[in-house]
Amino acid sequence: MSEQNQQHEQEHHIVSPTTYLIILLALLVGTAATVAASFVDLGEWHIAAGFTLFWNPVVALAIATTKMMLVVLFFMHVKYSPKLTKLTVSAGIFMFLVLISMTLTDYMSRAWGRW
Amino acid sequence: MSDSSTIAGGALAEAQHEHPPYQRHHFETVDQQFDATNFAMWLFLLTEVMFFGGLFTAYLIMRNWYYPAFVVGSHQLSIFWGTANTAVLIASSFTMAMSVWSAETRRKGLLLLYLCLTLVFGFTFLGIKAIEWHEKWEKHHIPGPSFSVQSFVDPASDPEVYKEYHDNPLQADMAQKTQEYFFLYFAMTGMHALHMVVGVGILIFMIFRAKAGAYTSGHVTFVENFGLYWHFVDIIWIYLFALLYLISRH
Repeated sequence: MSEQNQQHEQEHHIVSPTTYLIILLALLVGTAATVAASFVDLGEWHIAAGFTLFWNPVVALAIATTKMMLVVLFFMHVKYSPKLTKLTVSAGIFMFLVLISMTLTDYMSRAWGRW
Repeated sequence: MSDSSTIAGGALAEAQHEHPPYQRHHFETVDQQFDATNFAMWLFLLTEVMFFGGLFTAYLIMRNWYYPAFVVGSHQLSIFWGTANTAVLIASSFTMAMSVWSAETRRKGLLLLYLCLTLVFGFTFLGIKAIEWHEKWEKHHIPGPSFSVQSFVDPASDPEVYKEYHDNPLQADMAQKTQEYFFLYFAMTGMHALHMVVGVGILIFMIFRAKAGAYTSGHVTFVENFGLYWHFVDIIWIYLFALLYLISRH
């Protein structure tokens, strides 16, 4: 039993307070960065006629996604979790992106050229 | 022959009961129990991703359709309160992570401290949210029969927002579409706040259990899985903050 307990201690990775503190600071810096970026007009990119990419939302979502990854990997321990958890989480995010992008593609292309 | 098998059987039965009280009988080891419940928690969180995903998709589609209304609607939100609430929620995620660490290293005093801090941050978040919602109530920005488009057809009548953004007045029909923005604002922040309220309730329960020493004897599953839920709610807010408050400023 004691052997089993030892094994358990080894397998169950305990994330250190130092790591948590670094992630906390990174998240606060990310928050400050995304608020600061929202005060600046980051311009736009004209890809094609009628197709413009605005950089402000792109940057805001990129920072939000970075923060999300930090929370998932460290606060939620996915970095130290079994492969099953890693696969489940990535499959979930992937499925979410598939659903969102297919829905938006449909909405954008259904009346293509008729607006 | 039969004697030895009886002894072996007896020893086995004894071995089966030699496990900590928090380990359920149908699990081989504590580790297996931890992994199984952890996996189940993740599956639940994925259903939550799909639930909020529907709201996010609705927001993106409506924002594309009624872009001018969504921009001026978003200008009604306070960056100050939004940023403050983001910091509060991130801090609460940190104290929650520290609660998990305290349970893992069996420090009861610290566990109680961090759970209480998480609870305080949770209440702070809900308090700030209440201030923001109340302001919408006062300005008649809650969708429905008493909704007022005053700030949108005549932006100068709303000097606090006007001096910062100098929005052009909207046509009456587009101004009505700001209701769409506020409907989604209340639906999304409301569902998020409901998750916070549920989390706060579970936190109070956990503080009592932690005081009784339930989580500092090697049984960290409940604290860990509640932590996953709490961090998930934090992630939802990170995206709500970006989408509702920030991306329409330019």
